[in-house]
Amino acid sequence: MSAAAPLPEPGYNFAYLDEGTKRMIRRAILKAIAIPGYQVPFASREMPMPYGWGTGGVQVTAAVLGRSDVLKVIDQGADDTTNAVSIRRFFGRTAGVATTTHTSEATLIQTRHRIPETPLSEGQILVYQVPIPEPLRFLEPRETETRQLHALAEYGLMHVKLYEDIARHGHIATTYAYPVEVAGRYVMDPSPTPKFDNPKMDGCPALQLFGAGREKRIYAVPPHTRVRSLDFEDHPFRIQSFDRPCALCGAEAVYLDEVVLDDRGGRMFVCSDTDHCEGRRAEGHTGEMAE
Amino acid sequence: MSGPLLQVRGLAKRYGARLACDGVGFALHPGEVLAVVGESGSGKSTLLGLIAGEIAADAGSVTYRMRDGVARDLAALGPAERRALMRTDWGFVRQDATLGLRMAVSAGGNVGERLMGVGERHYGRIRATALDWLARVEIAADRVDEPPSRFSGGMRQRLQIARNLVTAPRLVLMDEPTSGLDVSVQARLLDTIRGLVAELGLAVIIVTHDLAVARLLSHRILVMRGGRVIETGLTDQVLDDPQAPYTQLLVASVLAA
Repeated sequence: MSAAAPLPEPGYNFAYLDEGTKRMIRRAILKAIAIPGYQVPFASREMPMPYGWGTGGVQVTAAVLGRSDVLKVIDQGADDTTNAVSIRRFFGRTAGVATTTHTSEATLIQTRHRIPETPLSEGQILVYQVPIPEPLRFLEPRETETRQLHALAEYGLMHVKLYEDIARHGHIATTYAYPVEVAGRYVMDPSPTPKFDNPKMDGCPALQLFGAGREKRIYAVPPHTRVRSLDFEDHPFRIQSFDRPCALCGAEAVYLDEVVLDDRGGRMFVCSDTDHCEGRRAEGHTGEMAE
Repeated sequence: MSGPLLQVRGLAKRYGARLACDGVGFALHPGEVLAVVGESGSGKSTLLGLIAGEIAADAGSVTYRMRDGVARDLAALGPAERRALMRTDWGFVRQDATLGLRMAVSAGGNVGERLMGVGERHYGRIRATALDWLARVEIAADRVDEPPSRFSGGMRQRLQIARNLVTAPRLVLMDEPTSGLDVSVQARLLDTIRGLVAELGLAVIIVTHDLAVARLLSHRILVMRGGRVIETGLTDQVLDDPQAPYTQLLVASVLAA
């Protein structure tokens, strides 16, 4: 699945967006990198896909994509789901860039809902698709007010949400889109990634960019930036743990998906990161259900 | 003791040609309860909004003696300082509890919000403090995880009071806290307020159209009409021996039970 169509589709600018639009988005990205975690408004364009399918991520990717880039697109950790395949093919056709499913080969990774298990390295860019960029939205619906709260770093409200979790469930029940504090200043929604992935954002050597198309916001975490998950002293942040390894590759300490096998209660737990799982199996690792 | 806690001078607010507030001034000392009375539309609530900085004044000033003893003009505070003051040293109990509470957040979360706002990050302590405050305003401990949308009107006002007092403010503004409640609930709420005010030594500005509330709670009274202060004095003095004709009318129009 490497090297897609050699030439972009005729009639389209490289990577679909016109150069003026890319410049506008790049300016927003530069500002976002300069102020880690701050949501920069940008003039989001109509993309040839529905909102909720990654219109923000696609625009960020289009703005930073170069001819020599190698692109990987994942959706819930998988390279082979509809959303991932469509976006990968979109850039294959409109930019003619090489594509890959291997995390280590990619220079640019667009993701929905996961951070790859393979640690990212310097020079890589991770682009997140973000549905709702405002972490305070469900507690404070007024945008004018949330902007004030961010400007004055008044984040008591974010802890009210965590308080409510503990009061209701006895522990912090937020499992995805778990709020983080970036570089000791802005509180940020890491997009609906599982909280399992939050520690990977901390001090990550790769550049992390976040695009929300419908909400028209871009934000960023520069390389090697402190990203701290919010918590209480007596209820510290914890990631999910699984009581079994991947059924296919035997990996432990990775994020697993539950797959229902039949209607008699049969199920298996497998790596959500398909590339990581395939890589391990190629190296000869096997799980209990590997055939 | 070094002068008043709050000094209001010449506050004025105009909505078009109408004067909502015209040259209102008074001083409030620590632990003092001031009632602002008058009929609907007399500018009582506008005055409260002006003092809290929620409405921009056309003229006049509000000076507050901060915890460090320095009196500062509130208009000169930056937004961060002003908001910090409002959520620590001041309280605002609103007539409409839905504006003063987070209706979808549990009672405990409502009380705990100010604590978390000033940096408390220990769940156990926040919850213990919330439970303590719910007890002080006579809300049963087993309602701590219920949202105020399931509370009665009287309970909502009690919860608002707990939510405001949890950071031990020195000044509390109350806008008609008992209106819309039936009389027995009103009486209990007034009892609670009176107890807490005395116990904590709070300075209070309470806006009310109900002279009985003013009589019960306040040390001094400010009578407003048409945006102006027409009479001011000790509560008993004003209510028992009103000087201004309007105040006489107001006092005379109370139905004896």
